[in-house]
Parts: sequence; structure tokens; C-alpha cells
Amino acid sequence: MKEKVRIAAGQGCWGDLPDAPVRQVQGGPIDYLMLDYLAEVTMSIMQKQKARDPNAGYARDFVSLMKEILPICVERDIKVVANAGGVNVPGCAAAVRDVAVELGIDKKVRIGMVAGDDILDRIDELLAAGIELRNLDTAEPLAVVRNRIQSANAYLGAAPIVEALALGANVVITGRATDTGLTLGPLIHEFGWAADDWDRLAAGTIAGHIIECGAQCSGGNCQYDWENIPDLANVGFPIAEASSDGTFIITKHEGTGGCVNIPSVKEQLLYEMGDPHEYITPDCVADFTTIHLADNGPDRVRVFGIKGRPATDSLKVSISYSSGFKAVGTLVYSWPDAYKKARMADRVLRERLDRLGLKFDQVLTEFVGANAAHGPLAGDPSPDLAEVQLRIAVRGNDRAAIERFTKEIAPLILTGPPAVTGFAGGRPKVEEIVAYWPALIPKSEIKPQVKLLAN
Amino acid sequence: MKVRLTKLAHARSGDKGDTANVGLIALRKEFYPLLVREVTATRVKEHFRGISKGDVERFELPNLDALNFLLHESLGGGGTLSLMTDAQGKTFSTALLRMQIDITDKEAAQLGLS
Repeated sequence: MKEKVRIAAGQGCWGDLPDAPVRQVQGGPIDYLMLDYLAEVTMSIMQKQKARDPNAGYARDFVSLMKEILPICVERDIKVVANAGGVNVPGCAAAVRDVAVELGIDKKVRIGMVAGDDILDRIDELLAAGIELRNLDTAEPLAVVRNRIQSANAYLGAAPIVEALALGANVVITGRATDTGLTLGPLIHEFGWAADDWDRLAAGTIAGHIIECGAQCSGGNCQYDWENIPDLANVGFPIAEASSDGTFIITKHEGTGGCVNIPSVKEQLLYEMGDPHEYITPDCVADFTTIHLADNGPDRVRVFGIKGRPATDSLKVSISYSSGFKAVGTLVYSWPDAYKKARMADRVLRERLDRLGLKFDQVLTEFVGANAAHGPLAGDPSPDLAEVQLRIAVRGNDRAAIERFTKEIAPLILTGPPAVTGFAGGRPKVEEIVAYWPALIPKSEIKPQVKLLAN
Repeated sequence: MKVRLTKLAHARSGDKGDTANVGLIALRKEFYPLLVREVTATRVKEHFRGISKGDVERFELPNLDALNFLLHESLGGGGTLSLMTDAQGKTFSTALLRMQIDITDKEAAQLGLS
């Protein structure tokens, strides 16, 4: 058993820095590279891709990344764990195998596939069995949006990843899985933690929560002493250096920018947090009020004392469904009285929309540069502001109305208040809204499928 | 005297659906009891009037010298439904740091704030 396991975060979100995982692999010794490719609505996009092409539906960026780093991972025995499989785990695995063949290293690459999260084809069966998949925020039953559903996936936890690693995989590809599971899985595999070792499972979960947003714990988006954070252009993504007793150190490669310190780690711990006593995952319930932090040298923070409780009987489900359309138009008004001009333009535009009889579910106006971020807390805008961006957004079910709105922005340049610019981007695009429906499903309804891709 | 939270804490905010969470972290351990006493859920709700339409919950994390606030119905529906520039609530952290609290001159002196 390894004494320490180093898990490096390669992507903190869908669309994160493209070269971050490459730098993690090149920058120093690591044991695992974990990557998150799925934002909430990514699955719906991937379902659409698969509908057009049965071989599609996974994160293509991951395959290009593998082309770049697979040789070094194989050479240094770095295992890769990623939720890049989307709604086509076998397709993604096959594409990675093709890359390995192309590189002449396919004999050394064993690809583990974790599926069973996709329940899109089972919705009617589940609803008929009385599993209502009620919205966790509104309590509405799923039947309300039944004919608009675009994807439905249960969040699998660490256990199927552990299974894949136990089969000998050195690249593990999952569909929808918890970000924390991508870190916890390797730790369970390496240290042999029992499925009911709640304190250690909670510790691994919290290690995952700290590193899952990449540089957001190592100097990125960090308020504490932000001006003095060194060399963000070269920010080091985080590494969790874990021990079998459940304690771990958060750090980053030497020679990288950013900072790992108690304030930067605390900021990430508090990010997207609900009730800190009850951080619920498929694997355990972690108690964030038991976390203790201590400095452990420059850019090293030790995390210890963590306690956990038994897991629940449910898995979280993320379902996406179509919910109308939206569009955003912007124009920039300049000094003097930039705010007053922007407000007049807003009034003119709204009156025109009314006269056209266009109906929207919501029309939202914001004044960027004056009070878009903090609203009434920003106080009255100064008449001396150099410029203010009028930002007006509409949402509704009538696509034609949204489309018509997009044609009313540019005319304000010639027909509205003066000193206006910022329109070179062209007509705003009408965007289809894919909304998110969080629900719960009994664990007994979901059977993860884990196997190695045959060579 | 009045003290703005920027002198006492740093913060990080995020979203969970239509709820914004704001973590408020004491800049120094000695400031935490003051934050616990003065930055109540009721006061935070009042501070965010016009921005947050639902309830405000507060949780204490003495192990991290931090408080976590949940501001329900604050993100215009949240996620892809929201039309807001800050649909993810990332600037709610600094919005909370604008808040001012009252402390006695004596306490200010003790904490090195005067």
C-alpha cells in the first residue's frame, strides 16, 4: 500500500484552462489525474450530439488531451479518472483506445468504463412504479415537464470507480458521477478503506471538494490578499496528498504561481455549501464543521479531524428539460450622464416592445458599470461614470417574440439616446433554455455497470 | 463606531439553484465572535433587501472561523433560467462585505480596529 497518494485536479469545470492537466502531469510526481468535464447542462448537449451521431455524446476535449498526455501517464504510472464519457461512455472509451493504438501504447492502456447512470430511457417505467422524481427545490412531480426532458442521469459515487481500478484500469471513464467521487474512488482503491469507514470516506470526499474546482483553492478567485497572489498566469492547479489515516495535504507543484494557504482553502471549502453539517454524497455524509486546517510549509495546508456519517438511501439525479428561450442585448453609453442615457434607452426599448405586443415571461434590465453586480447596495450611480453598459435580457416560450426583440437592439444606435457604442458584436442570438431538474432516486433502482474495454 | 465587514472578513459565494450561498471568513480568529454576534441572518436579510426574495439561513463553522449564509430565491430562478449577469451569485460575496456593523469604541480598540 502506498504511504501517500497524490491526486491532481486537471479541470475545475467544463471549459477550464486547456493546458492545466498537461502541466499537472509534467510539473512533478502525481499518482492520479482527475478531470471534471460535465457542467449541469452538458448532458443535454451531449444527448443531442448522440441523436445526430450514435458515435458521439462524450467530451471530445478529453480524447485530444489523452493524445497529448497518455504516453507520459503510462511512463510514470499516472492513472486518469474523468467523467468525460457523458452519455456515451463506450464511445469515449473506444476513441481513447484508438488514440492509444495510434501512439503504439495500447498494450499498456487499460480503459475502465463506468456506466449505468443514464436513466433517460427509463423515465416512464420509473414514474409508473411510483418513483415521482419530484423537483428538490419546488416539490413538483416530473410529470409536469415529461415531454420536454432532454437528459436524465443519476450521480454515481466512488464505488464504481473503485471497481474499475480494481479491474486494473489506468484510465477510468465515467458518465455522470459526483466530482468528489472522482477523488475519493482512487483513495479507497489505494488505501482499502471500508465502505462504512465514514470518517475516512468523509475525509476523501472533502479532499475532492477542495480540489474539484481546480485553481479556485490555489489562488484563483481568491479574495484574501488578492493583489499579492503571485504569478496567476502560471497558476498551479491543486494536488491532494492523502494518507491512509484520512488526513491530507493540499498543495501544488513547485515553481507554479498562485498560492495554497489557509485562507485560499477556506474560501473553496465555503463554496457552494449548503448545511455544513450535512454534505450528502452517494458514499457518505460529510461534516464540514469537523474540518481542521494547519499550515504545513509554503503552499501546503494540512487538513485533518474530519468526521462523517452513513450515506443515505438515495442518489441525486440531474434531469435537463427545455424551458423556452432567451436573448441578451447590450449597448454602451458614455459620459456625461451615461447612466441617465442608458436608462432612457431602456425606457424607449421597453415601450417599443410593448407597442409591438410582444409578450415575455421576464424582461430584466441591468446597468453594467453602475449596479449590475450589487443592485441597490451599489448606491446611486455617479453622473461622472465614463460609460455604462445597458444590458437587457428577455425570456419566454414564444421564440418569435424573442427573435423580434433581438432586432430591436441595433436600431437604438440611430434612434435612441446619444454617445452610444458597443454594438459591433452583431445581433444577439436566440438561445434555447435547457433548465435543470434536481431529484432523488432510491439507490436500489440504479445498477452501475463497470468493465474494462476489451483490446 | 461602524465597521465595514471588509475590515473583518473575506468571503466566497456560489450558487445552488436559485439560492446563493455566501461564506464569510474572519480575517483573524479574534474577529469571529464579533461576526457571530453581529452578522445575524435577520441583518443579512435586511442588507440584501431587494436582491434576495426568500429566507436567509445562517450556519456556524467555528472550526473555520466562518459563517455560511444561504440566500434563497436570489438568483432570478438560477442556472440557465436566470437572466442576471451574476446568475451564479459570484459577486454576492463582496455584496455582503459592504455591510457595516456597530461596535463599541472599547471593543474596536481591543481588536485593533480603531
